Amino acid sequence: MLETAITLQNVDKFYSDFHVLKDVNLTVRNGEKLVVCGPSGSGKSTMIRCVNHLESHQAGSIHVLGVELNDDVRNIAQIRKSVGMVFQQFNLFPHLTVLENCTLAQTLVSRRSQDEAESVAMELLTRVRIADQARKYPGQLSGGQQQRVAIARSLSMRPKIMLFDEPTSALDPEMVKEVLDVMGELASDGITMVCVTHEMAFARSVADRVIFMDHGRIVEENTPAEFFDNPAEPRLRDFLAQVLH
Amino acid sequence: MRSKTKVSAGNRLITVLVFGVVALALYPLFRWAVIDAVWGNLGPEACKETFGACWPVISEKGSLIIFGRYPAAELWRPALASALLLGTAIVTAMPRFWNKALLLAWIAAPLLFLTLMGGGILGLSSVPSSQWGGLPITIMLSVFGIGCAFPLGILLACGRLSSKPVIRWVATSYIEAVRGVPLITVLFMATFILPLLLPSGWNISAMVRAQVAIILFTAAYLAEVVRAGMQTVPKGQFEACEALGISRFETYVKVVLPQALSMVIAPTINTFVTVLKDTSLVAIVSISELLMTARQALADPVWRTHFIEVYVFIAVIYFVFCFAMGKWSKSLERAYIFSKGRE
Ligand SMILES: Nc1ncnc2c1ncn2[C@@H]1O[C@H](COP(=O)(O)OP(=O)(O)OP(=O)(O)O)[C@@H](O)[C@H]1O
Ligand SMILES: [Mg+2]
Repeated sequence: MLETAITLQNVDKFYSDFHVLKDVNLTVRNGEKLVVCGPSGSGKSTMIRCVNHLESHQAGSIHVLGVELNDDVRNIAQIRKSVGMVFQQFNLFPHLTVLENCTLAQTLVSRRSQDEAESVAMELLTRVRIADQARKYPGQLSGGQQQRVAIARSLSMRPKIMLFDEPTSALDPEMVKEVLDVMGELASDGITMVCVTHEMAFARSVADRVIFMDHGRIVEENTPAEFFDNPAEPRLRDFLAQVLH
Repeated sequence: MRSKTKVSAGNRLITVLVFGVVALALYPLFRWAVIDAVWGNLGPEACKETFGACWPVISEKGSLIIFGRYPAAELWRPALASALLLGTAIVTAMPRFWNKALLLAWIAAPLLFLTLMGGGILGLSSVPSSQWGGLPITIMLSVFGIGCAFPLGILLACGRLSSKPVIRWVATSYIEAVRGVPLITVLFMATFILPLLLPSGWNISAMVRAQVAIILFTAAYLAEVVRAGMQTVPKGQFEACEALGISRFETYVKVVLPQALSMVIAPTINTFVTVLKDTSLVAIVSISELLMTARQALADPVWRTHFIEVYVFIAVIYFVFCFAMGKWSKSLERAYIFSKGRE
């Protein structure tokens, strides 16, 4: 088995002439839980969206599970099969039931039979504690429930890596915990996780490593304990002062 | 509690007033159409004495209006053909019947329709399309028009939003060109200019040309409606599909179009209603659809004075179809938007 799940080497990314990611280097080990934080606009979303090629990079190289992300569509397809993503806005399919949300990609992409897809989906919905809502539509669920469905939907592809882009930022405070609990359980199952979040308690308890981004660069990376208790970088200290207040 | 009864008392007053005004306004019509009207299967003299409607004109001319100059002994054929086509359309209107069998029905129904109407095989006597007329033609032009224009419109809408410049350009020019001219012009072009463009041996019947013109014209309008729907689908839906590895084609078929179409149910069916009513324009290129056969019925000098009754009769036929489509629109909206917790 490969030692590293994700490698970014000297990655540069531009939106027309706006330099978003500047010479980003990052290695994520297999099974590692990495938390990414940083001020708004620092390029956190852009970086993790490069990992499953929702965005393309202009220079440097990105390897995911040993496959290089380039313009070869087969590589992109292969990588997307093993990388799941959870979005801030859930992005569930509103015209499909919770169960159908979790079976669609299984039948279309993994070519599983309807029965098999449904049993996989029910197992995952049980795991995120929402199996009783399987026949409802996303519009009939609370934000926290929707986000748990979105996690189950991603997991239905049996990914080896999960990317989370601020999964709790769009939630009312009382629903944050139910989603973080599910993510914490997922973390203990040994999956590789990269999570953009400002939930510092979650980062402390779950992350193996925390990185801090500012203006398109990774400016500090450390174990959670060192990261929060001994921040070296002044910008990180300011940032922590703001989010922890 | 008190304010509620107050409101409902006010409401009741308004209801009574509105009903009163409507009843007053409609009474003369009711009087003309029902109270003072002459009913039954009588001759034109029966209507001499009355100011009311003369319904015998319909019992006399009804079959000419509905079936045109189709041979009188064979009227069961256009009746059955229309019922088949209409039945297929009605079943298609209910999404719970969408399956492979329906696809086959859409191949079978047009073939059966044309066989029944045209004859010449299976022991059916041959009836040239110049003798077809009335409601079957209106139904045919509408059902084929909507049935073919809808998929074509979806393709055009996808083309217009395509990332490939050539496809985008072709779809956009087509839509803009067609929307820039009235249907009558398209019908004229199809009737008089198309034959000049085709190789000399080719001879396409007027009916086919009119049908094709309606399809091509409607497709451009539907394309714009569908495109408006596709633009309401958030970018996040595409991203979710990409992240799951769903192909672009399947993203459109399974995720984008179902959402897009459910957002534009009302304007889509509005366009369908327009198609039905616009079929009356083919009278201009001498095809005997319902309005044309109504006018042919009035060519009879004996009944000519009763043109209002005849127009009311076909107006009621159009209204029934259009009203049904309006109801259909409502029920689709209920099934696809409200019941899923979407606003
Ligand atoms: N499609 C785009 N076109 C142009 N600029 C963009 C685009 N998407 C993002 N940007 C810019 O790139 C920068 C980085 O954006 P990104 O979304 O990665 O930030 P972020 O760290 O995730 O911020 P947030 O915490 O607000 O989500 C921002 O300045 C943003 O304005
Ligand atoms: Mg972001």
